[in-house]
Formats: sequence, C-alpha cells, structure tokens
Amino acid sequence: MTSIVCKDLCKTFQQGDETIIGLDNVSITIERGDFVCLSGPSGSGKTTLLNAMGGLDTPDSGEITIGDVRIDELGKGPLADMRLHNIGFVFQAYNLIPVLTARENVEFVMQVGGMSAAERSKRSFKILKEVGLEGMEDRRPAHLSGGQQQRVAVARAIVSQPTLVLADEPTANLDTVTSSQLMDLLVELNQHHNITFVIATHDIRVMKYAKRLIKMEDGKIISDEAQSQSPIPLGEG
Amino acid sequence: MIIAKKSRIPFNTLFTLAWRNLWRNHRRTLIMLSAITIGVWAMIFMTALMRGMVDDMLLNGIRNLPGEVQIHHPGYRDDPSINNSIATPDEALLKALQGPAVKAWTSRVRVPAVISSERDSRGITLLGVEPAGEVQLSFDLDSIIEGRFLKNSDDTGIVIGAKMAERLETRLGKRIVIMSQDPDNNIADRGFRIVGIYKAKLAGLEEMYVYAGIETVQKLLNLKDQVSEIAVTSDDYRHVESWYPHIKEAAGKELQTQPWYEVDTYMGTMLTMMDGFVLVWVVVIFLALSFGLVNTLVMAVFERIREIGLMQALGMRPSMILYQILIESFFLLVIGLLLGNVLAVVTIIPLQDGIDVSVVAKGMEMMGTSSILYPALQLNDVVLANIVVIVLGLLTSILPAWHAASFNPVEALGKD
Repeated sequence: MTSIVCKDLCKTFQQGDETIIGLDNVSITIERGDFVCLSGPSGSGKTTLLNAMGGLDTPDSGEITIGDVRIDELGKGPLADMRLHNIGFVFQAYNLIPVLTARENVEFVMQVGGMSAAERSKRSFKILKEVGLEGMEDRRPAHLSGGQQQRVAVARAIVSQPTLVLADEPTANLDTVTSSQLMDLLVELNQHHNITFVIATHDIRVMKYAKRLIKMEDGKIISDEAQSQSPIPLGEG
Repeated sequence: MIIAKKSRIPFNTLFTLAWRNLWRNHRRTLIMLSAITIGVWAMIFMTALMRGMVDDMLLNGIRNLPGEVQIHHPGYRDDPSINNSIATPDEALLKALQGPAVKAWTSRVRVPAVISSERDSRGITLLGVEPAGEVQLSFDLDSIIEGRFLKNSDDTGIVIGAKMAERLETRLGKRIVIMSQDPDNNIADRGFRIVGIYKAKLAGLEEMYVYAGIETVQKLLNLKDQVSEIAVTSDDYRHVESWYPHIKEAAGKELQTQPWYEVDTYMGTMLTMMDGFVLVWVVVIFLALSFGLVNTLVMAVFERIREIGLMQALGMRPSMILYQILIESFFLLVIGLLLGNVLAVVTIIPLQDGIDVSVVAKGMEMMGTSSILYPALQLNDVVLANIVVIVLGLLTSILPAWHAASFNPVEALGKD
C-alpha cells in the first residue's frame, strides 16, 4: 500500500538577493511500513523534503499525496488536522512543550484529537513504559535528560498510531548510547506497528538502520537504494 | 487510511496551557498584574469619589429645589408669581402622595419679597412652609445655629440665614419687615420676629431663603389655602422614573408635574454628563494599561515562537493558538480585576464617613458641594469598569494572539 507520493517537487528560498534551491524536481514514492533515511550534507534539501512531506511547508510546485489526499492543496486548518491524525513528528531539539509533564506532552496530540481522558491516560502510560520512561510520567521536560526528552517526543509521535513518522536529525543532540537505544526503539516500532518512518540524518550510523537510503545533494535525489536493516552499534561507528 | 477529522482541543487543555504559561515568567506577570490592579483600583476609587461629589451636588440641589418631583401651576415656571398658585392637593392626589414610594411631601408658598431691618434691605425668596414636611424634604434642623426652626404652619416667627443676618446687621430676637405683593398687586407687608438663624452648606443660600409659616404667609398675601408648589420626595432620586408618573396622573393635566431633572435641567445634565465622564475616565485608564498588556503578551509570544511552531506542527489549528493566547490574557485580566476590585472596596469602606476637603471648601461650594466628600461606590460603575477592562483587554490581546496564530510552523521551529 502506497504511503507517500511526491511528484516533481520544487522549492526555492530567497536569502537576500540570492535564490537558494531547496528542492529541484524531486519525485519519490514511499510505501507503507518503509523505514527511509534521507541523507546528505547540510543544505542538500532533506529537511525541506521532510517538511514538505509533513505539510509543514508548501512546495512552489509539484504534488504531495499521502494516501489519497493531496496535501499540497490543503489550507492551514485542514493541513493541521491532517498532521494531527496521520503524521508524527520528532525534531532535533526543542521537541516538548515545557509547561507540560512527559505524560501531558504525550497526551497533547490525543487531546487535540478529541480522545477521551481515560483512553488518553491508558495509552500514554503504556507508550511511556514502552519507551522506557516508566515512573517519569509526571516530570516536566526541564527535569528529563536530552535522551529522555527525545523518547517522550517519540512516544508522542507514535501514540496516536499515525501512518507516518517524520524525524529530523532525532539523534543529533544525543550521546551514542542513547542514540542507539532510540534507533532500536524506532526500528522496533516500525516492525511491530507497521509505521512508516522517514528520517533525515547526517549520521552514517543512523543510516544503517534504514531499509531504504536516499541520498540528496543540492535539492536533488542522487541515489535511492534499498538496503538490509543492519544496525551497527552506534558507539563503534 | 488517511483521517481528515477536524481537530478540537478541549478548552480545559487550553486553560491549563494558558495558566502555566502565565506563570513561566513570574516577575513579568506580577508586574503586569500590579499595573492592572492599580489601574482598576484607580478606575473604581476615582469614580466613587466623583460620584460622591456629584451625588452631594445633586442631593444639595434636590434639597434646595426642593423635592424630587414638583407640582406647579402650568404658568408658574415662566412666571413664578403669586397669581400662578394652585389649590392644596385634592383627594386623588392625596391618595397618590401616600403611595409606598413617597417618603414625604409638603406644600409651600414661594414668592419674591424684600426683607428690611433698621439697617438694610435685601431681595429674598420668602418660603411659607409646613415645618414638619419641610424638615423631611429640605430643611436640616442641625443647620439652626441660633434659636429654633418654625414650630407650626401658623408660627409668626421667621428664620433667616446667618449671612443674611450679617448683611442686615440684625440678630436673633430682633424684628424685621417682609414686603411682597398680593394677587391684586397690592403691597403686602408684615413685621416678623427672628426666631431662628440657620447656616447652610452653601453660603449663597443663606442670603436667598427666608422661612415663615405657610398659613402666616397665606394670610399676609391673601392667598386663602393656595400654594405655589407641592414638593414630593422618595428615598433615592435616581429612581424617580418609577413612581413619578403615578403622581403626575393623579395631579391631572391642569397641573404641571415635573421630576427634578426637568425642574433643574442643569442638574439633570450633570447626572448624564457624569455617566459619560465615568466611561471616558475608565477608557482612558484602560488605554494606559493596554500598552503594558500588549507588551506583556508580545513578549510572551516572542519567547515561545518555537513552542508555538511545535504545537502547530503537531496539529494544533491556528485558531487554537489564538484562543490560548487570549485565555492567557483573560486570566491576567481577571486576576487583576479581582485584586483591583478588592483593593478599591477595601480603600473606600474606611472613607464612608467622608473625606474632609475643607481646604478647598470655597471651590467645592462653587460647584454646589459641601466640604466633606463621601465616596459613592455604585455597582453599575464597578460593573462598567470590569466590562471595559475585560472586553477592551481581550480586543487588545487579539493583535499578539493573531500574530502567534499566523506563524509559519517551519519558520517558527527554526527560530533561536
């Protein structure tokens, strides 16, 4: 079953008098349950592509279809609804709402989605346990380590059972052990819950976890290869 | 399957977020709360003082009219002569005057006259009064500084003001002569002994009004039982509209029945003007406050650009971001209002016995008020201040809230 189809995506940015190409006729199809890594140097367009897929940014031209919905044609409100119900996000940093506890952060998307309090509570405790944060449910982000915060972000991204999780450099601010644990967790979720993961990363050790590795440069896809998921311990890369 | 259900964050979540965000920067929130509290206090306290002053002015004015409703001959207002007198109340009017809203009523003869002592003569307004009714409506017995007030309607003594006694170079127990015209335009005069001297709150009145028994004055002027006016009063001049139509109906179309604000349009205008002034005053203070409020919210929004971007990325609709900032502003306004209201009440209650402003007594007298200022805390003024602060406060908050709601999530997430 097709999860995402991007067709002829173009995106440019203006920086002073200079026009920077973010995406240059990018076309890509990602199947449901895939585990994709977007790699490439800074400015290669991986975050731009990720943002476009997630409906956070609109391309200048081209089409993005998730399931059977053309998200590039949606307005701000419907786009927010689509993100809420179908996509989970994990960002590099500043992932959590600081005034909410770990559990409240996880429950946030379910609350916005209108889920009942009992169901929210049940799911949040279960998912926090699954990501190894049992007993830390009532801590605010300031009282969690960077790794623990990313785990809360992952828990929040998958708790409402989205079809797609987009992660932008999820391990960038983590030490190697924590990064390894986090990636193991993502692979496990991919395998057990059939959630599609698209991860933008610089890190070659993270790329090893991918079933499919897409390399980008200057806004273009320069290679797109399937690979076996053979993670190497992150501490040994 | 792609779900496109509309998101709807419960308001209790928005309240939680707004409340916690409010206290992220304690110091800034407390400073803003202090500003709102003091602003609201100033609105209510100053309004109470001004209301008190206008109340005093109107009460003095109504006492001097006198009464909240007056019944006259239709021609009396244009020509207040003795020829425009009326009969004492008939049965229907008497029944209406005994209604529950009426606190007291009295009949008076009121004519221009000349008062003479052996030293000087002055023009005055001679008031023939029923002492019992007059005391309830107009005359303050505590204002008698020498002698006594009139005992009954046929008392042959006269009561004059202290200033008048000074002008005529006369004193208690001395005789004076009152001269006026009867209905046939003949000179009517009579000697009276001064039985009382009064000191009015407004010194000008002491030179204007001279009191004598109504029957004595009727005899002097050959008026039989005719009177110049019937004055009626209730417990609160503000509610005259509720009862004066009954009096008017009972008095009939042959008589002119008017509430105080028609008898003295200047006083009526004062009350309307005061309502307008209170609104202007409240809005002006709010405008000063609004700059602080907007600044606080703009700062709060700018500090949280990335967080707002994150919430949008997670699927929170822009309208929900707008509501969240507005709720934050609402909390700030409500707490400030509560504290401001409490502070206003706490500072006004100890001043209920009046504030001595005798240092500016001359000026106060010119405005028709006495030298003791009584703050008048009115519920409608408090409600007005609260409504203005809440409504305008939320309207002012729309700008920073709108700004926050219109962030592009990618740009917001990229902010440092």
